[in-house]
Amino acid sequence: MPGLALEDVRVLDLTHHLCGPYATKLLADFGADVIKIERPGRGDLARYLNPHKNDERHPEKSGIFFYLNTNKRSITLDLKREAGRQVFFDLLATADLVVENFRPGVMDELGLGYRELRARKPNVVMLSISNFGQSGPYRDWAGSELVLFAMGGEMYSMGIEEREPIKMAGTAALFQSGSAAAVAAMGAVYGAKWGGEGTHLDISIYETQAGGVDRRHASIIGYQFSGRISGRVGVGAVLGFPNGVFPCADGFVEISGGGSRFPGTVRMLGSPPELSGPEWLEPAAALRADLKERFDAIFYPWLIEHTKREIWQLAQENHVLCAPLYTMEDLFTDPVLRERGFFVEVEHPYMGRFTMPGRPFLMSETPWTLRRRAPLLGEHTDEVLREIGYDGERIAALRRAGVV
Amino acid sequence: MKLPLAGVRVVDLTVVWAGPFGTLLLADLGAEVIKVENIHVWQPLTRGSMARPPKALMGSGPSWTTGYPDDEPGERPWNRCPTFVNLYRNKRSVTMDIRVPEGRKPFEDLIRTADIVYENNVSETMEKLGITYDYLRSLRPDIIYIRVPAFGSSGAYRNYRALGVHLEGVSGHTLLRKYPDLDVSANTQIFAGDYFAGTHGAFAAIAALHYRNRTGKGQLIEIPQVEVATGMLAQFLMDYALNGRNGEALGNRDYHGAAPCGVYPAKSGSPPLNPDPSWAPIPRAAQFEPQATDRWIAITVCTDDDWRALGAVLGNPPWTGDPRFATAEGRRAHHDEIDRLLAEATRQWDVWELTRALQARGVAAGPVMNARDAFEDPHLRARGLFRRMTQVDCGDRDWVGPFIRTEEGFLPMHRPPVAMGEDNEYVYKTLLGYSDAAYTWLLEHNYIGDRFDDSIP
Repeated sequence: MPGLALEDVRVLDLTHHLCGPYATKLLADFGADVIKIERPGRGDLARYLNPHKNDERHPEKSGIFFYLNTNKRSITLDLKREAGRQVFFDLLATADLVVENFRPGVMDELGLGYRELRARKPNVVMLSISNFGQSGPYRDWAGSELVLFAMGGEMYSMGIEEREPIKMAGTAALFQSGSAAAVAAMGAVYGAKWGGEGTHLDISIYETQAGGVDRRHASIIGYQFSGRISGRVGVGAVLGFPNGVFPCADGFVEISGGGSRFPGTVRMLGSPPELSGPEWLEPAAALRADLKERFDAIFYPWLIEHTKREIWQLAQENHVLCAPLYTMEDLFTDPVLRERGFFVEVEHPYMGRFTMPGRPFLMSETPWTLRRRAPLLGEHTDEVLREIGYDGERIAALRRAGVV
Repeated sequence: MKLPLAGVRVVDLTVVWAGPFGTLLLADLGAEVIKVENIHVWQPLTRGSMARPPKALMGSGPSWTTGYPDDEPGERPWNRCPTFVNLYRNKRSVTMDIRVPEGRKPFEDLIRTADIVYENNVSETMEKLGITYDYLRSLRPDIIYIRVPAFGSSGAYRNYRALGVHLEGVSGHTLLRKYPDLDVSANTQIFAGDYFAGTHGAFAAIAALHYRNRTGKGQLIEIPQVEVATGMLAQFLMDYALNGRNGEALGNRDYHGAAPCGVYPAKSGSPPLNPDPSWAPIPRAAQFEPQATDRWIAITVCTDDDWRALGAVLGNPPWTGDPRFATAEGRRAHHDEIDRLLAEATRQWDVWELTRALQARGVAAGPVMNARDAFEDPHLRARGLFRRMTQVDCGDRDWVGPFIRTEEGFLPMHRPPVAMGEDNEYVYKTLLGYSDAAYTWLLEHNYIGDRFDDSIP
């Protein structure tokens, strides 16, 4: 039986919404025992976020909650009550990592600040994820995915010059930052397990974007080096033609077929005689509008006669960089992704059976497994409390008092 | 704090962005990351688009691609390219030509001392070099081998060529991040997938180290870039999984229904230079003054209270009290109309004044910050994200440091971005025990060095 990489790691997960739960999802997916602590009655805000099954806004029917909480257990606990804090401290004694994404200062107000945790569990790692960080001039500012990416990411140069800058799809930036937080947590837990020291990680979504690999680190350095700001301009003629997004019979393709790849592009088009002269291979050809016009007159009709998958394959055979622009349907029905085992079939008491992407990546010795579907609110309260020695009577008393 | 990965050695065979970002995170956490380079082989888009770009190329594209220091390619341009140089902080670099015995021997010796080998080339490139998991295991039985292929190392697409922009297309990002009213061809090419591939690779590496420490077993890890990148579209994936819907591009609007949510024009102009007196910018030539003056503010109205606060900040113009706009549902239904009215109002404001006024009332708002705003940002400066260090071919610069922070501050930047071959002596002599004479022989016979072969353009 394959092992679980993180089976000896226990996480108390106080996160909600999107970014924090993505971080703990990665830990849970590779074997950590992630105990999701939710507010009694209402639970994680993500339970109310769309998409819901059949658009019914029911806390057990949110698709995004499901995606972010596979392999976790859920308990309800009122951390504002002294009895609730006591339960939390009893759980803490068994935990390696505490993750939270409240506003800065809330954990201290709850009496659950890092000093308090460390006093009770000296080598604990605490991961705090916030919009801007636990200190600094913007510490208490409000954020949203749009605002944080606008400020932290390289959004300014996305889009066209005469229009407003345009962001990435969905809430991509929050998932990027959640994955960065997971790396920090994994590193710190490793350090605590093998070096014995805990720590308090202060991860700011804004900073994980500002230091992110997708253009922003480079735009900051490029500005410092040259004094120029990267604006909303295309990469220009240096890449030659064809370069960019083009329409085809059943959608769109992205093609980078200029410059040194132009001969391959000509072959892909069936080596039409009109594209065979020496003028096409001159270094300055990329800059000649007349040549581009003549090329387009052949290229566009060819595109319309081919599907995105046909073009993709022909491009590969001729060493032209190309890709189809996939819809969700294209992705879910792609035979190669299916064959590779990218999808899993899941079952849920409120949402029924459905197919969704499973593993984020492959580990040969400790593969991703779906040990648990996303938990119902408080589904594991009894189970978890019994594990730390609470008996039925004590649990019932907590429940009567509304603590769990 | 003792860095958690101190004592872990990574042999770094990565290229472009997705791999180098993963090994960067490991380096920040304390691993000794040794970048293996070859002075006879130019890896496209890893230390520049060309080894020796002509001066005419300087400034011909966005400054993140062609903004070399002071618009000069310099003696060793591969150590000066803004697209890549910052990804080499905290790393070491050694040169060896692993295609020939004189380079293969030290490469194998290095693998014997390593914990992790990390690569993100086209699948067949590694196989052609004879580098497989079994081969690496024969040198180091508990090695952790991380591969980050575009489409996975199995299946019909395994050797398909792609850059980040093509992976964005297949993973579904490109069609879902466009202007709702324009064709997808108006998109800028971006590379969101490199971020995700890097973080997931680093995460997997540490998880595998933890498992190895417990069991003595290494393993093979595969981060398929297209598959992992779909995770950033989780809402769209699940809407298809549950409801069979493809979803549509929302532009800057909020997937979860906060309204209004968008980017609105502010008064044009540059921000004040260096608002924070606690740091001094490095002087540079006067001709390098930023030209961009368009200003934009991002605003997300999350609640009805936010909406009333926004109205108050704008001086309560009559439309902000329109009963049609009082609820989120109403504001979503009339989002286009609100966008027009709001843009007329925000146009009168300085972007930072409006940001501060809205934030003072708890409304999520902030400038769309250009590279200069980020470089001079008081918050990043106060927190200390940038580190001034001397890099051998770029001089004194403020580098973007590690973004992982503990109660003691950001993780250290203990080495400036590494130049190619900068650690040849360290690796050959200190790690591998080469004698002075053997090392000199490799240098003199041009197997190693700190310059790309002159034949490489």
